Amino acid sequence: MIDVQNVDKIFYVPHEIKALDNVTAHIDSGEVVVVIGPSGSGKSTFLRCLNHLESADAGKILIDGVDILDHKTNIDHIRAEVGMVFQSFNLFPHKTVEENVILAQRIVRKRTVAEAKERTATLLSKVGIQDKASAYPSQLSGGQQQRVAIARALAMDPKIMLFDEPTSALDPEMIGEVLDVMKTLAREGMTMVVVTHEMGFAREVADRVIFMDSGAIVEVGSPEHFFTNPSHDRTKLFLSQIL
Amino acid sequence: MEEQLTQKQIRFWSGAYFVIIISLVGGFVLATSQITYTWRWSIVPSYFIAHETIAIQSEMDGTVSAIDPADTSTTIVITADDGKSETYNIPSKGEILVADGDMIFMGDILASYKEWQPGLLMLGMIMTIKVSIYAIIFGIILGIWGGIARISANPAARWLAYTYVELIRGTPLLVQIFIWYYIGSTLINQLFQQYIGFEIPAIWYGVMALAIFTGAYVTEIVRSGIQSINIGQTEAARSLGMTHFQSLRYIIMPQAMRRILPPLAGQFISLIKDSSLLGIISIRELTKATREAVTTSFASFELFFTCAALYLILTFTLSLFVQYLERRMGSK
Repeated sequence: MIDVQNVDKIFYVPHEIKALDNVTAHIDSGEVVVVIGPSGSGKSTFLRCLNHLESADAGKILIDGVDILDHKTNIDHIRAEVGMVFQSFNLFPHKTVEENVILAQRIVRKRTVAEAKERTATLLSKVGIQDKASAYPSQLSGGQQQRVAIARALAMDPKIMLFDEPTSALDPEMIGEVLDVMKTLAREGMTMVVVTHEMGFAREVADRVIFMDSGAIVEVGSPEHFFTNPSHDRTKLFLSQIL
Repeated sequence: MEEQLTQKQIRFWSGAYFVIIISLVGGFVLATSQITYTWRWSIVPSYFIAHETIAIQSEMDGTVSAIDPADTSTTIVITADDGKSETYNIPSKGEILVADGDMIFMGDILASYKEWQPGLLMLGMIMTIKVSIYAIIFGIILGIWGGIARISANPAARWLAYTYVELIRGTPLLVQIFIWYYIGSTLINQLFQQYIGFEIPAIWYGVMALAIFTGAYVTEIVRSGIQSINIGQTEAARSLGMTHFQSLRYIIMPQAMRRILPPLAGQFISLIKDSSLLGIISIRELTKATREAVTTSFASFELFFTCAALYLILTFTLSLFVQYLERRMGSK
C-alpha cells in the first residue's frame, strides 16, 4: 500500500538539517503502524512526505503503486485517497461542522448535495458529533474538533489515513474520545500511519511500531517487542524517558 | 494601563470638547465678519437642482405663418421667402414670444419654458460616484489577482506583481493620471482610430488610472490577508485533494476577506477623495464642478464647504457600509 524507498529530506531553514536520512519502509494494506520518537526525529516529516505536503529530496514513495514524486502524477488525486489528521485540527473556521465535512466531497469527489449530506450524517454519528452539525468549530471542544477533522478526512473514503500527533494539542480528559474513534477505524481494517506519543494506543492497536531518531528509522517491530525487549540503546533510552 | 478619570473629570472634558468645537466655528464666523464677504447660502440649492429657462430658437430666416395651440403642445410654423418651412413644437407650459406674421431671423427666440434640471454640483457628484464605483470594481479584481500572483510559486507572476506594485506605489497619482491621459490616450485612441474606428472617452482613462493605482494597494492588502491565514488551513485543504485554486477560492480567500475589509475600506475612501484629481483631465467630477460653480457665482466659501460636505457624505456612507459587512461576516 505504501512503499518508501531510500527517502532523504533536507531542510535549509533555519539551518541546514537532514530531516530524513535514507528512510525505507513498507506498509501493507490494513496495517496500523505507529511512528514514535523524540521531537525533531523526523517522524512528522516522514508522515508529511507520504501525501506530499513535504516533497522528498531523494528516493521513491509509492502510494498504491503510484510514484508520488513523479512530476506526471496528479498529486491532488493521490491526496484524495490519503486522509490526514493534524495536531492542530485545522478545521475551516468560517464553515459549520457539517460544511467542513461536505465541502471536499462536493468539489473533489463531485458528489451531489444529497449524497454528501447523507455521508456527512453517517460519519458525524460515527464520531459522535451528530448533534453539533450546525455549530462552528470555535464552539467545540478540542476533542470534538479533532473528531470532526477525522470525519472530514473519512468523507473522502480514503484508502489510507495519516495521523500527525492527533492528541498532542488536547486536554488529557479529551484524549480518550479521539483515541476511541481511531481504534474503531483500526478495527474496521483502515490502513493507518500514526505519529503519536500515546504508548497505550501503540501497544493496544499497532501492528508494528517504527522508532525514529535523527531522521532515520532505528528500529521496527511489534509492540510486544518494543515494550518488553527493545534491541537498540537509543530505543531503550527513549522508552525509559517516556514510560 | 489605561489612564483613569473620575466622573467629574469626564464631564469636564466632555464639556471642553464642545467648547473647543464651538469656539473654532465661532472664531471662523467672527473672522469672516471682519472682511467684506457676503454669505449667499441661498444660491447653493440651485447647484443641485435648477429651474432653468429653455429657449427655443429659430434655425432659419422667414415669417411666422401659423401658430397652432393644441392640448399638449403648440406648433409654430416658419416659412421662408423661397417657400421652405419648418415646424417647432412648444410644450403647452411654454410662453410664446412671437405672433402670426412676425418676421424672424435665424437665432430669434420663438418661445421659452422652464424645466427642472440637475445642477452642476449634482452632476459632479454623480460623476464622482460613477468613476469611484468603476475604479473600486476594477481595483478589487486587479488587487485579488495581484495579491495571489505576489505570493505565487511562479517567478513570472511574482515578479510582475512586484514590479506593478512598486511602480505604481512609487509614483505620484497626479503624474500617473497625466501619463494615462496624455500618453496612454493618445496612443490607444490613435491606434483604435486607425484599426477599429472609435475612441475611448477621457473618463475611461481616468477610471483606468484610479483603478490601477488602487489595485496596487489592494494587491498588498490581499497579499498580507492571505499570508495572515494559518498555513494549516492550506495544508488541510490540499490534503483533502483540493487544487491550489480551490483551496484559495473556498478556504483561504473567504477567511482573508474578513481580515482585509477594514484596510480595504480605508483604501476605497482614499480612492473617492483621489478622484478629485481627475478634474485636471477635464472630467467634471465634484471638485471640478465646484470650481466651475465658483467661477460663475463667486460664492467660493459656501460652495467649497458644500463640496467638502458632499465628499464626507460619500466616504462616511462607504465606511458605514463596510462596518455593516464586517458585522455580518463577523457574526459567524
